[in-house]
Amino acid sequence: MGKFQLITKGLIKENPTFVLLLGMCPTLATTTSAINGMSMGLATLFVLVLSNMAISATAPYIPDKVRIPAYIVIIAAFVTILQFIMQAFTPDIYKTLGLFIPLIVVNCIVLGRAEAFANKNSVVDSACDGIGIGIGFTFALTLLGLVREILGAGSAFGFKFISGDGILVFVLAPGAFMALAYLIVLFKKVTAKKGE
Amino acid sequence: MTLCLFAVCIVSSALLAAVYAVTKEPIEAAEHAKTISAISQVVPEFEGDPVSDTIEVAGKKYPYYQVSKDGKPVGYAITSSASGYSGRVTLMVGITADRVIYNTTVLSQAETPGLGAKCTEPEFADQFKKWNPAEKVLKVKKDGGDVDAITASTITSRAYSLAVETAVAVFDSIMSGNAPDIEAASGATPECSGEEAENQETK
Repeated sequence: MGKFQLITKGLIKENPTFVLLLGMCPTLATTTSAINGMSMGLATLFVLVLSNMAISATAPYIPDKVRIPAYIVIIAAFVTILQFIMQAFTPDIYKTLGLFIPLIVVNCIVLGRAEAFANKNSVVDSACDGIGIGIGFTFALTLLGLVREILGAGSAFGFKFISGDGILVFVLAPGAFMALAYLIVLFKKVTAKKGE
Repeated sequence: MTLCLFAVCIVSSALLAAVYAVTKEPIEAAEHAKTISAISQVVPEFEGDPVSDTIEVAGKKYPYYQVSKDGKPVGYAITSSASGYSGRVTLMVGITADRVIYNTTVLSQAETPGLGAKCTEPEFADQFKKWNPAEKVLKVKKDGGDVDAITASTITSRAYSLAVETAVAVFDSIMSGNAPDIEAASGATPECSGEEAENQETK
């Protein structure tokens, strides 16, 4: 598989949100607006690429029995680094996402890619895989956030285009499930046509 | 095996320590800038640096900042909080020396987006500007006060009003130099069992 395919497969064929259905906690919780969803996606992308590379590089030296704890330590280290950096340089985004940043550690996408891909592929391939899956996740979260924001608040990326409120339920938790379900249906329909 | 895990931990913590050392100052600077900008939003124009202090009212500690102009204290920025619909709503309340609320700003809140989170918007928050607690009651209209609640978010509006009321109580203690027994200062949670939606018709 070429490097380019490694990146694109994360976007469509193995999209972590719409196809693999991984990392549902941050997906549902942070996508109250397009900006929030996108920030969460980019934060995960950052951790995913670095942890994939680190795990791919160290995998041959880590005995099988302790690999999961070792991966978790590596992922947690990168997440904490990200947290410090966000706190220092983007305090506003940190304020809205602060609670969910530490949860990237237990995001199954990150550990899933480490276990399924990074520990048996080269550093460069793992980086590409991380970028692909990360972009796919960012794309999915931004889309979901955008849909919820348009329906729920009548705005897109913070720009309001209707006066007053939207359909409030879409900003709340139940709306997250509904919007996600319909987006998955739509995604399946579009990709199924392409496959034939 | 153990050694390997140990090595991973050592390297990770070394990396963390390095990043922490580098980002420590920017983080502090960002926090400080946030505090200063919150203070200057809620009090009238002042000179020099705000003097920070803490006061204990009814067993709870409240940090506050005193700002001065021409050597006279012109205002106090008081931090107070109350339980909202989802966690605490923390405010910075600016009160001028003549016991009138100058302005308020939200330091942190986790209210429902689209409902309670509207307490950060001027539509709601601006009603507290130039609010004289001696003339108007800091309670939502539903509870017999003068605060216009956010539609469908009475709990948040109550918390906001209570936090402002607490700040006024703290201000009184700062002025009198002792801690009077004021109900609001105990940080009592407004008693609400229903959901926000039940207040849909409140206005």
